[in-house]
Formats: sequence, C-alpha cells, structure tokens
Amino acid sequence: MASSNNTRAPSASPTRRAWRRFRRNRLGYWSLIAFCVLVVVSLFAELVSNDRPLVVRYEGQTYFPIFKDYSEKTFGGDFEANTDYLDPFILERLSTGGNWAVFAPNPYGPKTLNYFAAEPNPSRPTRANLLGTDDRGRDLLAQLLYGFRVSVLFALALTATGVFLGVVAGAIQGFFGGKTDLAFQRFIEIWGSMPELYLLIIFSAVFAPSVALLLVLLSLFGWMGLSDYVRAEFLRNRQLDYVRAARALGVGNWQIIVRHVLPNSLTPVVTFLPFRMSGAILALTSLDFLGLGVPPGTPSLGELLAQGKNNIDAWWISLSTFAVLVMTLLLLTFMGDALRDALDPRKADQDPTADVGGVP
Amino acid sequence: MTLLDVRGLRVAFGGKDVVRGIDFTIAPGEKLALVGESGSGKTVTALSLLRLAQNAHCSGSALFAGKGKSVDLLALPEHAMQAVRGQDIAMIFQEPMTALNPLFTVGEQIAEVLQLKQGLDRVQCAAAAVDLLASTGIPEAARRAGSYPHQLSGGQRQRAMIAMALACKPALLLADEPTTALDVTVRAQILDLLTALQRDYGMAVLMITHDLNLVRKFADRVAVMEAGLIVEQGPVEQVFAQPQHAYTRKLIDSKPSRNVVEVTTKSGDPPMPSVLQASALGVTYRTARPGIRGWFSKGTFVALRDAAFRIGAGHTLGVIGESGSGKSTLALAALGLQAFNGDLQVDGQRWGAGKASDKQLRRTMQVVFQDPFSSLSPRMTVEEIVGEGLLVHEPALDVLGRQQRVLAALAEVGLDEAQFGNILSRYPHEFSGGQRQRLAIARALIVQPRLLVLDEPTSALDVTIQKQVLQLLQQLQRDHALSYLLITHDVDVIRAMAHEVLVLKDGEIVEAGPVRQVLDAPVHPYTRSLVAAVA
Repeated sequence: MASSNNTRAPSASPTRRAWRRFRRNRLGYWSLIAFCVLVVVSLFAELVSNDRPLVVRYEGQTYFPIFKDYSEKTFGGDFEANTDYLDPFILERLSTGGNWAVFAPNPYGPKTLNYFAAEPNPSRPTRANLLGTDDRGRDLLAQLLYGFRVSVLFALALTATGVFLGVVAGAIQGFFGGKTDLAFQRFIEIWGSMPELYLLIIFSAVFAPSVALLLVLLSLFGWMGLSDYVRAEFLRNRQLDYVRAARALGVGNWQIIVRHVLPNSLTPVVTFLPFRMSGAILALTSLDFLGLGVPPGTPSLGELLAQGKNNIDAWWISLSTFAVLVMTLLLLTFMGDALRDALDPRKADQDPTADVGGVP
Repeated sequence: MTLLDVRGLRVAFGGKDVVRGIDFTIAPGEKLALVGESGSGKTVTALSLLRLAQNAHCSGSALFAGKGKSVDLLALPEHAMQAVRGQDIAMIFQEPMTALNPLFTVGEQIAEVLQLKQGLDRVQCAAAAVDLLASTGIPEAARRAGSYPHQLSGGQRQRAMIAMALACKPALLLADEPTTALDVTVRAQILDLLTALQRDYGMAVLMITHDLNLVRKFADRVAVMEAGLIVEQGPVEQVFAQPQHAYTRKLIDSKPSRNVVEVTTKSGDPPMPSVLQASALGVTYRTARPGIRGWFSKGTFVALRDAAFRIGAGHTLGVIGESGSGKSTLALAALGLQAFNGDLQVDGQRWGAGKASDKQLRRTMQVVFQDPFSSLSPRMTVEEIVGEGLLVHEPALDVLGRQQRVLAALAEVGLDEAQFGNILSRYPHEFSGGQRQRLAIARALIVQPRLLVLDEPTSALDVTIQKQVLQLLQQLQRDHALSYLLITHDVDVIRAMAHEVLVLKDGEIVEAGPVRQVLDAPVHPYTRSLVAAVA
C-alpha cells in the first residue's frame, strides 16, 4: 500500500478539491463561464457598441477616434465641434475616395441619439437599431450593454466592500468575544434598525447623486448580514484544538487570525459571493427604477425598466431589459448553488481520499 | 431455532462496499457482540438491519423470526418495516443526548412510542412510561419522567433511551456502543442494567462495540469484524482463549503495555529536579446566573481547587478522572491558556512574568490534544503545521533549514518521505486518526520541549492504534527524557504510562501517589470504583 502512494501526485489543497467539486456541477460551471464572457464583453463595450469609428483612414492619414477627439474640420466639416460620425455628411466624406472607417458592430454609444430613426421614439427594432430605441431615441442594445457593465461593476465593488467590512467586523467580534462582541452586537442592532431606504432618499436629495455616493451608502448597511456568519465561524473555530495548539506554541493573536482562523472561516463568505452579487445588482436596479440611483444619463437597467413601465406599448424596452436582468441573476444563482454544494462540508467528507500510507 | 439469520449481507455507499458479505445468526435470548474498529462496518450492519442506513445499497438476506412468521428484513416493504422497528427490533445509540429530542420530556417520548406501537390511551401511556423508567433503575421515576433530556445525567439519559427501546418488549435489541459516551463508573451500571433486562425480558441483544472488556463481561458469542468482513466468530471464552485469526489476536493483544524508565529513588537520594510544580492551584469560571439576577451579577463555578503536584524530569504524571472532573482545566491552566490562582512554576518560572519569559515557557511546554481531527488546521500543509513552532521560536532559520527540521521531527514520530511521497505538501485530510495524532506530536516536539501535556492523546483512536501511539510516546520519553502530564479517563493507559497519579473528582484531588500504590491499593472509594470498573 505504501509503495503505491509514493508515486501519487502531490496532494490537492482543500481549495483545489472544492474547485474540482464545483466543476463537477455542469450548470454552475457553465454559468460561471458564460458570466465571465459577458463581463469581459461588457468591459470592452467600447469596441462592440460605439458611435465613433474604431479606425479612420482619411486623406492618407490614420485616425483613432475611439481614443481621441477630432474636430469636424479634420474631416472637412465646418465647425470646431467634436465630430458626429453618424452625420450623413461626415459618413459620406469618410467613404469617398480612398477614405474608409471601421465602425463598431453596433454603431451607437450609450448616449447617442438616433436622429435619423424611421419611426418616432421609442422606435421598434429595426435594421438600424437591432433592439429598437428608448423614448429619447437612444439605441437599446447599447443601453443594455453599458447598463449591464455599470451594474456588474457596481455589484463587484459593493460586494468587495461589503465582504471586507463584514469579514473584519465578524472577525473582531468572533475572535475576541466577550465584551467586544457584546458591544459590537448592540451597535449592529442599532445600526441595522436604521431605515436604509429613507436615508438613501434623504441623501439623494441633499447631495448630487453619483455612483460613488450610492456605493458608500449601500456599503454602510451591506456588511451586517455577512459579519454575523463570519462571527459565528470565528466563535466556533477559535476554540478548536488547532487554535489552542497554536497558542501553546506562542503564536500571536494576529498570526492566529490570519493563518488559522480566517482561512477556515471563509466558507460562508465564498458561498454567499454570487448571491451578494445578485443582491447588489437588484438593489441598484430597484433604486434606479425609483429614480434614486445613478445620476440621470448613466445607462442603467433600472432606468430602462422605468421607461418600459412608462411606455408600456413599447414592449421591446421592458422585455429585453427584463431578459438581461433575469439572465444575469439566474447565472449568478446557478453559480451560487454550485458553490454552495462544492463547499458543503458533508459533501467534502465523502471525498474518498483519506488514509494513505502504512503507518497507523 | 434462530431469531435472526443474516446471509451474505453486503452494504455499499455510492458503489463503495462497506460491508462485504457477512453471515451471522442470533438465537432468541442470545447476546452477540459485534466487535471491530472504526470503519469496520459494524454500525452500518446494525443500521441496515433496520434499513436506517441512508443512501445505502443493501443486498443479501436477513431472515427475522419475530412475533409470528419469518420475514426478510431487507426485502420487507417500507410500511411493514416501520411496524418492525421499535416493535420487534429496537435500537439504542451511542450518544443519548442527540438520540433524545430536547424539546420533549423523556416521559412524553416513551409514551409516544407506546401510543404509536400499542395504541394505549394517554393516561395508560404516561403510567406505563413511569413504570418503564423505574424498571431501568432511575430513582424517583415519576418525577424524572417530567424531566427534559438536558436535566438528566448521561447515565440517566442512557437509561431513558433503554426504557424507550424496551417499551414494546422487542425480541431483538441493537445496542450501538451504548456505553462509549459514558463515564467509566457509569458504564458498569448500564451494562449491569442491560444484562438484567435482557434476562428479564428474554430478548436477544446485538451489541456493537470496540471495547473488549465489555464483550468479555456481557456477551455469549462474539463476531470480530475487520474491513467489512467477519473474520472470526464463536463463543466468547473460546475466541478470547484461542483466537484463530491474526486480527483477533491483534485486538486482544492491544492492551497498552508498560515500557517506561521506572523511578528508582531510594529514601536517601535527593529528589529529582521538577519540571512542573504547582501548589494551591485553582481555576474558577464565571457563569451566567439565571433570571433577572444574572443581569447584575455572575455566578462562579470552581473547576479546580487546591491542586498541588510536581512532575520530575523524565517522568509522567497521570491525571485520571471523569468528564467534568476538571482534568482538562488543569491541563489548560498548566499551559497558561487559562487564568488560574495559586502558584505554578515551570522550570522555576511563572506565567505572566513578561513576554520574553512567557515565550521561553511556551517552548519548554507543549501540548497534544485528544481529537486528531480538530487539532490540525485543514487548510495548512504538513510543513506549515509542523513548522509553525519554528517560525515563532527560531525565526532566524531559513526555509531549507526549517524543512529539514520538520522532516526530522516527522521521522521521529514514524512518518517519512519513504511512506508518503511529498509529505511536506500534503494536507491533514489525507491522514488517518493515528497518523494525525503523530503529526500533532511532531508539531509539539519540533520546538524541543521538556514537558508535554497530553490531553487524552489516544481516547479518540482505535485500540490497536492507541497501543502504537502509546509506544511511540514511551519511546520519545526514553530518548529525550521528556516529562508528560498525561490526562486521561482510561485506567489502562495510566497503568502503562504513568509514574505518579492524581485522581480528580469534581475539581478536587482525592488521591495521589505512585501509580502502583494508587491503582493496586486504592484508598478513596472513588478510586476504588474506577479501578473496579475496568478490572
């Protein structure tokens, strides 16, 4: 028995084994891949959906309008103003002679108005606007793409701050326990009973609305749920024998937290990550829907939903926004389910890898 | 005539065979013991007889000739099986605290069984429940029937469990380690109770256990199980006198043997220098008081009072006592992990004299805990676990030097590269209980301590492995002149390891002295009952 173990590959860490179990859940694994692809595409949204050409060759010179502003005069226009590349005159100049321009697949930015729509706004899906336009004439596909990006980035930031605050608060309470814990718990009870929504309404009336302000306000309240879980894990883990053994070795508090307790307490944190993400996306969407979210003009899924409500006959607005939201939340939920299964200690116990070597 | 006839029973979980085709029979009124180490499949066998093993795939047959006709337990439809459970075959479990529902009184729980199985009305049930409790020897049964499980002691809870199992006078009782979770002195009482009830009711008992003492005292026949197979079965006297199979011999031979350097002080010699010395040592916990009073003041609970002892260099002081006697508190206080009053000197130094001296003390004194699963962080590699002490006490050491020291410490506890490729980068989950305990010992040894506190170092291990770990500890003591503070509830372990013994009861030392004197001629009645319980 012992000889066969010599040839065995180096052992997998618990994280690696959890990852293997995660991959075994096909739905969760493919959801992760699909979500990552969507995020990457939306991060490079400027290359996919933009009202400026990516590259322009004009009169023997190469321009990169995607990175740099050029005045209309550069391309034979009359004004100093920034070029509107969708203007028929400019378009014609860019396509005559040896000139050419490479546009993004969807030639609209998030704020671009289509002045040349064949129908009144909101215009139904056409060849020019694949998903139609909203009630101000902005391309819906561009809106969704950029809105998705804002949502995901916002959710990532909110999750990151929430996790950070929650882990720190939970760790302090759980590890030190006693009076520290008691004081913190009472603080959380008071803090948690503040009416979050009204505070948001009040603050959005007092300050100019911005994404950063929203992030700060939501972060202030978003850490409490997680800190409870981390606290419970710390309370459990700090009295386990390996922590006692570390104390007996003379390891300091800080080292014990970082090396022993924290890595063993992160299971609920990781399990909740996708659910927190979807929660954050939903929160932003609802606030935008109510008009309390991102400043006007920022592409946002919530604002599109509000438009869909106001233009109930423009089914393409509400339907496509709804679809994007459902898909995003569903992917996150599938990931969360798979992650929860992968980190379930009962499933981990069934791993048939124990007992190697001949020594009892 | 047989009551239960098991033929070719196989149980598999997820395609992995746990029980690999076993045959045994039980006659009416017979006491059969199923003996084996953890993982041998003995509990699964019992559970699959009642078809209570979840996600298990069973095959073979188990013919049961209960009240009336003979049925195959493995082929019976579920509703018929439900009638058999409790009625014809009952089961008692190892841990009565989790086997009883904490939200109902024990009287209600016993009455529920009677109501379900025998259709008695409420008043009859309640009266019958009290009778059953009384028959298991619980004093003041009428009052105890109104108690919740947490209000009873461990022994009383197990009695209540037995009363519940016997409610319908089953023909067969499956007892899964019924005494393992109990204190030594209580074990004997429960065993006597089971024997008496078995005789009175004339039922058969299938006792599942790893404890050979218990088999010898209780059973008529014994079946020895190893890795899912019954390797030997026969009458108890015969199997114990002439074990046929190598594994049975190994089991019987697993009683720890004494192999330590004995004390050889004559009356004129100066006393050995002591590594640890304590006098008037006491530990008091603050507890919450019930009700409104608890808001304003805290109660106190004395876990240890007026303990005085010393451990000489190269010697072992055994501390023996039941759960709640304060023996683990004593260990934590000695390690400076628990606030205490009184005087405690390690090598002439006291805890709390300053950071540097405390650090030195930590190095002098190390600890090995009971549970090999919670004493190693699952997310650290062997190198990180064992080498941690070096990070603290020898920070100057570079990575390669540290690795060499870790490998040396591992070799000393009998784990090396030859057996495990890449042992340094392995994680604890790949090691068995005994191997993990060796890792814990290596972690303690690497800082070259003079005193090891061993808090029940082998009680979570199987008997054969217990013997090997004790041998290792004896070897290390001889090689390094280590002193041990050995905490245990097991008289056999004390007998094999200790030079001096303290007997703790309810936080007080009731008897102390050289091991021979205390165990062979106990003075205090409590010590006597302890020694008698395992004899």
